Amino acid sequence: MHIVVPIKQVPETSNVQMDRETGTMIRSGSDSIVNPLDLYALETALRIKEEQGGKITVITMGPPSAVKVLKEAVAMGCDSAVHLSDKDFGGADTWATSGTLAAGIEKLSEISRNRAGIWNAYKDTYRDDAETIGIDGAGDVDFIITGERATDGDTGQVGPGIASWLDMSLVTYVSKLVQITDTHIQAERLIEEGYQIVQAALPAVLTVVKEIASPRLPTLKGKKRAMKLEIPKWGASDLDLDAEDLGLKGSPTRVVKIETPKISRKCTVVKAGDDQTIRSAVDQLMEFLEQKDLLPSKIAPPRESMNQQKSAASRRETNNENLSRKKAATGNAPTLKDSGRTGGDA
Amino acid sequence: MRDVWTLAEQHKGKIKDVSFELLARGRGLADTLGGRLCSIVLSSGIDKEELRRLIYHGADIVYFVDSSCLEHVVCETYTHVLSSLIDEYLPHVFLAAATTTGRTVLPYLAVKIHTGLTADCTELAIEEETGNLLQTRPAIGGNIMATIKTPRHRPQMATVRPKSMKALPEDRSRIASIGHAENSQTGKIHSGSIIQIPWNPAWCDKRVTVSGIREDDADSVSIEEADLVVSGGRGLKKRDNFHLIDELAHAFGAQVGASRDAVDRGWVSYPHQVGLSGKTISPRLYMGIGISGAVQHLAGIKTAECIVAVNSDEHANILQVADFAIVGDLFAVIPEIQRRLDTKDGNNE
Repeated sequence: MHIVVPIKQVPETSNVQMDRETGTMIRSGSDSIVNPLDLYALETALRIKEEQGGKITVITMGPPSAVKVLKEAVAMGCDSAVHLSDKDFGGADTWATSGTLAAGIEKLSEISRNRAGIWNAYKDTYRDDAETIGIDGAGDVDFIITGERATDGDTGQVGPGIASWLDMSLVTYVSKLVQITDTHIQAERLIEEGYQIVQAALPAVLTVVKEIASPRLPTLKGKKRAMKLEIPKWGASDLDLDAEDLGLKGSPTRVVKIETPKISRKCTVVKAGDDQTIRSAVDQLMEFLEQKDLLPSKIAPPRESMNQQKSAASRRETNNENLSRKKAATGNAPTLKDSGRTGGDA
Repeated sequence: MRDVWTLAEQHKGKIKDVSFELLARGRGLADTLGGRLCSIVLSSGIDKEELRRLIYHGADIVYFVDSSCLEHVVCETYTHVLSSLIDEYLPHVFLAAATTTGRTVLPYLAVKIHTGLTADCTELAIEEETGNLLQTRPAIGGNIMATIKTPRHRPQMATVRPKSMKALPEDRSRIASIGHAENSQTGKIHSGSIIQIPWNPAWCDKRVTVSGIREDDADSVSIEEADLVVSGGRGLKKRDNFHLIDELAHAFGAQVGASRDAVDRGWVSYPHQVGLSGKTISPRLYMGIGISGAVQHLAGIKTAECIVAVNSDEHANILQVADFAIVGDLFAVIPEIQRRLDTKDGNNE
């Protein structure tokens, strides 16, 4: 198995500087970490490798400082890393980012295909590369595994975008791997209706959710290896990509305005200590909810019996992992009064 | 023609509520642009009455494709169908709900047809001078609002956060009639037409197949589509106390949410988790019980219409985003709220 995990460097704090001119993020200033949701992708890859054998290559696109997140992934147990970095990649939206990452993965694939003996014609060109990168003998890419989204941009579009660029099967929101064969994967996806079971032909792109596995910590041995590992840096000229498709220039979308939303909520705070203040606090809460039309009497009253809740509670005790919870019959009741709301950011 | 398209979603033959919300969004845009609002349905054997409901909720035209191959959402197949339709009819704007379907299919499609896509928008508007779609979305954990446009590529695509707008009331006086695809070539489709696009077998992508929903979870949670969410956190102290949240949610007719802490401790399963590593939601009412409000949690609830907190700490972060907060012992406060609700329903068990 050859598994590629694209990861992203994200700012550690929520105080991020924005470039007012281009409307893109200034990444160099703040402390950066591996996107927390990418850790689940790395863990998934490591588990597949432990079970099936193979190699994991971690790849990122970002400024020189992004090497740090690649090293962290190597310290967790990934075999090799590639850094896509070029000033021409800057300001890319999800279309251009996924295109650049896809081109990097394509190049990896070519290099390892050659080492697997398929592309003999290019043997001399790629032999040194494969050894340097550490994917010697890894063969074609079988899986690309990404986090569900990055915690800064928060789009979740790059994983599916990579699948589309490479024309691979795509399975998003994967919460569990059921079975992996030479040609297929069976997995569960967490969607609105529950856990959906799907089969996908390999090679496939998976985007995973937190539920899939809890990520391991880097080991001391891994850290030592990461320190020594040579990580190749590929720029625009190394990739088979049209210059018109790179970075800000190649991005179909433009950020035209950035605003910091003012928290306009005025919080009514009521303290509740003894019986009397508790009653009074709840009185005020009820009045508040009544005014906002949010009390259950405005909705069709729930008619399900208490038994259902009890059974839900007892199910959790016995089967916490697979807890199923009945959707409250009135959850989306159409009888809710329209409060005249027109926007999402009330 | 500056048509606005929305992707309708259906489950077991019923159009989902998010699709009606999306039509309310699209209606305003189409009116501003002077174009038609078209809804696209991909389904297997959907009832025609369900298609009419899209017209009753604001669509001018419904295009539907019917095939057994469309029984489940398969991103690759959807992309084949949608890219063919977009090539033929050239819509100006194409919207989908920011559901697992919209957030899977649209990014795959956007790359294939080479256009821009903005994720999880909470506001959409038309720029007056250019007719461009202004797509506004929260980013960086809701700390900024970014407005984005797609100046040179068409269609302009966006996914829209569920519950960020109310559906229009169903208007059954709107005329809805079943038409045929042939007429569409001449551009003479009249308003209210429901048009079937013939199925092309080449659209069916067999690489991914869906076997169904795991049975024990057939009625799973969907907090992102809920109007009301009652959430519990570490303040509940132990798993045995989480029933307080279950019962309160039940009395409100709400879905149960949870903080990352509560999920990591195994008090409740992951689909309930609200926040950066869980779900980002915009319910009408969010009640955070015993949740201090880590930045990551607040990022998931900032666009809720109304936030109520019950917490013992008057300095808890959640109070910064709440509309109403009770500072006190939740084990005393929640039973009191519960008692009032039970009395109110005449359901005093």
